[in-house]
Amino acid sequence: MGVRTDSRRDPEALLRQAQAEEEYERRGRLKVFLGYTSGVGKSFRMFDEGRRRRERGQDVVVGAVQAKGGEDVQQLLSRLEVIPLLDCRGTGVMDVERILTRHPGVCLVDGLAYDNPPGCANPRRWQDVERLLDRGISVITTINLQYIEEYVDRVEKITGKRTRQQVPVSFLQRADEIVVVDAPPDLALNAGSSGSMTQQQLSDMRELALLLAADVVDRQLSSCLDRRGIAASWGAQERVLVCLTPRANASAMIESGRRNAERFHGELFAVYVTQPETAPEDQQALERNLEIARQAGAKVEILEGVDPAEAILEFAGAHGITQIFIGHSRRSGWWTRLAGTPVDRLLDRAENMDVRVFPQ
Amino acid sequence: MSEPLARGRLKIYLGYAAGVGKTYQMLEEAQEAKREGRDVVIGYFEPHARKDTIAKTEGLETIPRRVVEYRGTRFEEMDTAAILRRHPQLCVVDEFPHTNVPGSERDKRWQDVLALLDDGIDVMTTMNIQHIESLNDQVYQISGVRVRETIPDWILGEADEVVMVDLTPRALLNRLERGVVYSHDKAKQALQNFFKESTLGALRELALRQTAHEVDSRQPEDESPATAEPVTHDRILVLITGDPASTALIRRGRRMADYLHAECYAVCVLKRGEFERLPGEQRAAIEKHLSFARELHIETRRLEGENVAQTAVEFARTHQVTQIFLARTQKRSALGSLSRSLVHQIVRLAGDMQVTLVADRKFTKQD
Repeated sequence: MGVRTDSRRDPEALLRQAQAEEEYERRGRLKVFLGYTSGVGKSFRMFDEGRRRRERGQDVVVGAVQAKGGEDVQQLLSRLEVIPLLDCRGTGVMDVERILTRHPGVCLVDGLAYDNPPGCANPRRWQDVERLLDRGISVITTINLQYIEEYVDRVEKITGKRTRQQVPVSFLQRADEIVVVDAPPDLALNAGSSGSMTQQQLSDMRELALLLAADVVDRQLSSCLDRRGIAASWGAQERVLVCLTPRANASAMIESGRRNAERFHGELFAVYVTQPETAPEDQQALERNLEIARQAGAKVEILEGVDPAEAILEFAGAHGITQIFIGHSRRSGWWTRLAGTPVDRLLDRAENMDVRVFPQ
Repeated sequence: MSEPLARGRLKIYLGYAAGVGKTYQMLEEAQEAKREGRDVVIGYFEPHARKDTIAKTEGLETIPRRVVEYRGTRFEEMDTAAILRRHPQLCVVDEFPHTNVPGSERDKRWQDVLALLDDGIDVMTTMNIQHIESLNDQVYQISGVRVRETIPDWILGEADEVVMVDLTPRALLNRLERGVVYSHDKAKQALQNFFKESTLGALRELALRQTAHEVDSRQPEDESPATAEPVTHDRILVLITGDPASTALIRRGRRMADYLHAECYAVCVLKRGEFERLPGEQRAAIEKHLSFARELHIETRRLEGENVAQTAVEFARTHQVTQIFLARTQKRSALGSLSRSLVHQIVRLAGDMQVTLVADRKFTKQD
């Protein structure tokens, strides 16, 4: 995949970039320890990092502690400055005002997903954290998979339970760093707090947490490259692009693409390059094919371009595609004609991408 | 706990770079196992002069390394025979993908580990994502580094548990700069190559996805009707030649087959009598590729026929293959690679089979 500098940089874009950088410098950094269940050791990892940072001279305080911390956590806490939770009608609430006044360099927040009782400035703790970040305080925090809003349905399918307290995934995606605290389910089972889940459920949750972390990393990676004006694709995630035409055997191609994307936990795209003078029946067939693609969960786009191969390759490059699916007709197809057809050119120039040819 | 003849359990600590803390975490769990009363020894440990990690070995019995002399230089290897004699319940083995010095009983450390497991000894070991054979080309594409010491994917399948040892690239880079991972000179060099934040990020993503896949593949098949999908039996046929691109093709076929739960074959098709007429190096290249495929547990054949495309497609059809994998044809057809017209013929003859032209993964330097 070519690495190219973005040629579309205009002064306004540069200004926006400078502002974004300034904003980034002003805000505190957010680091999240993600676990798939309680008992995998997130809190310990976080407080241990707090201790190490303090030993290296950073100004660290603890903004929130969870009640059920183990002995090793208690030991770490005894070596850290703790700002106690406020008691708000029986519920512990982070003392945001006191933390802001104290203004440490780093604030440790154990348990990001708590709800604040009615009457508090913010209904949710992650919004309190947002405020700390906005005031230039860096935050290290912990969260379990089941509390992430966009994953609640998937978690319910696995465990049969839905949590009320939720944190949007976009909050995690904005984190500067995300760490997945991985441990095999038997360790989590030993820790006792996941007692209500079976080994199988824990494994499913574990897989989901790893994939969530991979997605966040993927996003961070592409935004980091964007900031530096580099368009590169490394194929760490499989991305399948199905090229549709009116005559393509769309259901076979889409089904194969869907299965492929699903097994690799990748992404599925479908594109059509508009052609001049499309016959009405072809147009109808095309609409049907595009609908099949949408139903299968593909991201569908219509591309313009004189040279279809060029349009497809440009899209593929910009979206980090690793596999292109195309159809060929045995009757009047491009294979029977020799070089120079769009698909031949596609084959010649699709670097770092596999091209899969489907009969139609 | 274990029956006398039961195979040992294998646990792999998977990371994405040196210095993420694999060995540290492994030793911590070994200490925990010892506290629980298990008989634990260190079979091989690579200290890398890391103080914190070395401290974690305290109180654990270490089996002395075996000194091997090779071409006038002394090398130290794991003493597998001594470990087998000592027969602990659990053995700690650092650096799983290590290649033993020539003349050792086994070529690879992972083969030593299999011997320990066969003898009923549990093993904990460490490795990085870049050592997985089927990811070799992707790792090259990401980092520009061609990793030589690799582990066939099926070995990971032998592990009872694969755990990801995660650390953010930023924290890792901090460690490097503070000289925790390497000495300062070596760190500077490392920072310029493998240890770019973006490279590390991409490798980390690969490791997270691989671990998720390992978790997934250890799950019993989901039988709930809501998620059950029609069972499709994919079968992949990889068409290899003497062209060096065949290795990337084999790795890609292996990886695709693993993820699609497909069977995989590799065949080399030549005209009748052609193999014998080929120059020696071409014959050797073909044999090398066939044996590489077998190392990855792919069934291989060497076929002969009047029409190469037809022979390949006929084999595919009789073996109910659904996908044929070919290497991307070079512009100027290199000796031993498939000619463009042959690719065209295969696509034409393949009928309802899918034909995949696998790309050569290239590294583009980014500054």
